Amino acid sequence: MRNKRPAYSDLMKEIREGKFVLTGELEPEKTTGLEEILVSARAMKPYVIAANVTDNPLAMAFMNSLVPSYVVQRDVGLETVYQMVIRDRNRLALLSDVLAAAHLGIKNILAISGDHTVLGDHKGALPVYDLDSAQFVYMLSKLIDEGVDLEGNEIHGKVPINVGIAANPNANPLEPEILKVERKTKIGADFIQTQTMFDIDLTKEFLKETERLNCPTLIGVFPLKSFGIADFFDKYIPGVSVPKDLLESMRKCKEEPDKEKRKMLYDEVNMEFFAPFIREIRKTTKAAGVHVMAVLYERILEPLVAETM
Amino acid sequence: MIITKQKPFEKIMEMTEPFGKLFVVGCGKCATVCQTGGENEVHGMVEKLSDKISGFTVVEEPCDLRLTRRDLKEHKETIAESDAVLVMNCGVGVQTIAEYTGKIALPALDTMFIGMTERIGRYYERCKACQDCILDETGGVCPIARCPKALLNGPCGGQVEGKCEVGEYKDDCAWVLIWKKLTEQDRLEEFTKFRPPRNHYTKILTTKLIS
Ligand code: SF4
Ligand code: SF4
Repeated sequence: MRNKRPAYSDLMKEIREGKFVLTGELEPEKTTGLEEILVSARAMKPYVIAANVTDNPLAMAFMNSLVPSYVVQRDVGLETVYQMVIRDRNRLALLSDVLAAAHLGIKNILAISGDHTVLGDHKGALPVYDLDSAQFVYMLSKLIDEGVDLEGNEIHGKVPINVGIAANPNANPLEPEILKVERKTKIGADFIQTQTMFDIDLTKEFLKETERLNCPTLIGVFPLKSFGIADFFDKYIPGVSVPKDLLESMRKCKEEPDKEKRKMLYDEVNMEFFAPFIREIRKTTKAAGVHVMAVLYERILEPLVAETM
Repeated sequence: MIITKQKPFEKIMEMTEPFGKLFVVGCGKCATVCQTGGENEVHGMVEKLSDKISGFTVVEEPCDLRLTRRDLKEHKETIAESDAVLVMNCGVGVQTIAEYTGKIALPALDTMFIGMTERIGRYYERCKACQDCILDETGGVCPIARCPKALLNGPCGGQVEGKCEVGEYKDDCAWVLIWKKLTEQDRLEEFTKFRPPRNHYTKILTTKLIS
């Protein structure tokens, strides 16, 4: 096992202190404006220790995630987790962006593969995949811990960044997924943020494995803002299904004609499902925390935190 | 084998339209097996374009300059009098023939990949000629050719029940296959080990092999 690198980020510090942490998620879109991101960031700031900023999720070409990662830290004072996919950049471009991120005071990078270009909105693009996400973690370790690039060239200045990876506890078969996580923890991953979970048993099974690997794990949860989102999730996100009861309750909320009442009903349903879910994780597992992907649904954070923390 | 596919006939018509006389060249090897450029397909093409054809032949192995030279010798004059050669070969054949004849060469086929034939009409890509074969470590399954992200440390988060996110979950995830094979072979350490980034330098420079 490699030596632990220092906790550079507040996220990593709180994890090491044994606090149960919450991270949020911000999604830059096809826009040149940052207003919405900043509104969301301000709304979630009281409840989360850091917010991930997604990098062309689902292979959709959106605004570069480094800029909002920086601006949110600067203007909102909320630490960010700069997500970087290896789909769109070769090793030179990845390195350039990491150095720029270090200069801008980014403290967390989530190194991920990213959905394939054929799933996105530029299906005809040439995907890069020069490095894979494990090799990117390897490159980050060299930059952060040794101050050199992949070729051994010296970097001037420090790269004080903690490295996160993604994992999918829903994966079936699960064993290759676990072995992959193990591989990455050996070469320099500091923490894991998982895919969205609805199943507590699968969550616990996965957490047992990551505990063995000694890698702090944040379980992904996805509060459902509307029936439409729940239904989309259930139908189109492969390998993840929304529990039938939850989906049914969401469907019932949809029938409420009054907008404000409907919102309240949706919130109630989400609280009924996610509050016990998060409490269970917090009380009975060694999870480091939860990663709440409540994109544009920040209002759920306040009651969720009140009920679970 | 190099797997080829015939271009749509309209495309071939369009491509040959500016030229008067055409000499058609087939391939006795891969394109014969694929039934895209063998005797039968050459005859079919000649029939379809009959008013333009100056002559035709099937070269035993058009990717071999020596055999191309040997087999095209007797057609030298006809070819010289033709406006273009319509080549029913893979891209290598087309270039060999272009080089040897000095003529405008028109590709009648699209070159698909290096593949395995299950039966005629069912071909699977199996190798990307990466110049650094690791099949010994991957249970005989090539992650470069069979994982659409060419990951050396897979699987990615996109596998669902062993199927790949690319192609609507119809194809096997190469990395789940690799994991299964290595499990069977009791060699999981090959799966778990980290494979560092590839050095593409040599591959980029190695476009010829001369000893
Ligand atoms: S690893 Fe794959 S692409 Fe490379 S030579 Fe072997 S089979 Fe071909
Ligand atoms: S699902 Fe498997 S084969 Fe498909 S891109 Fe991911 S690792 Fe590669």
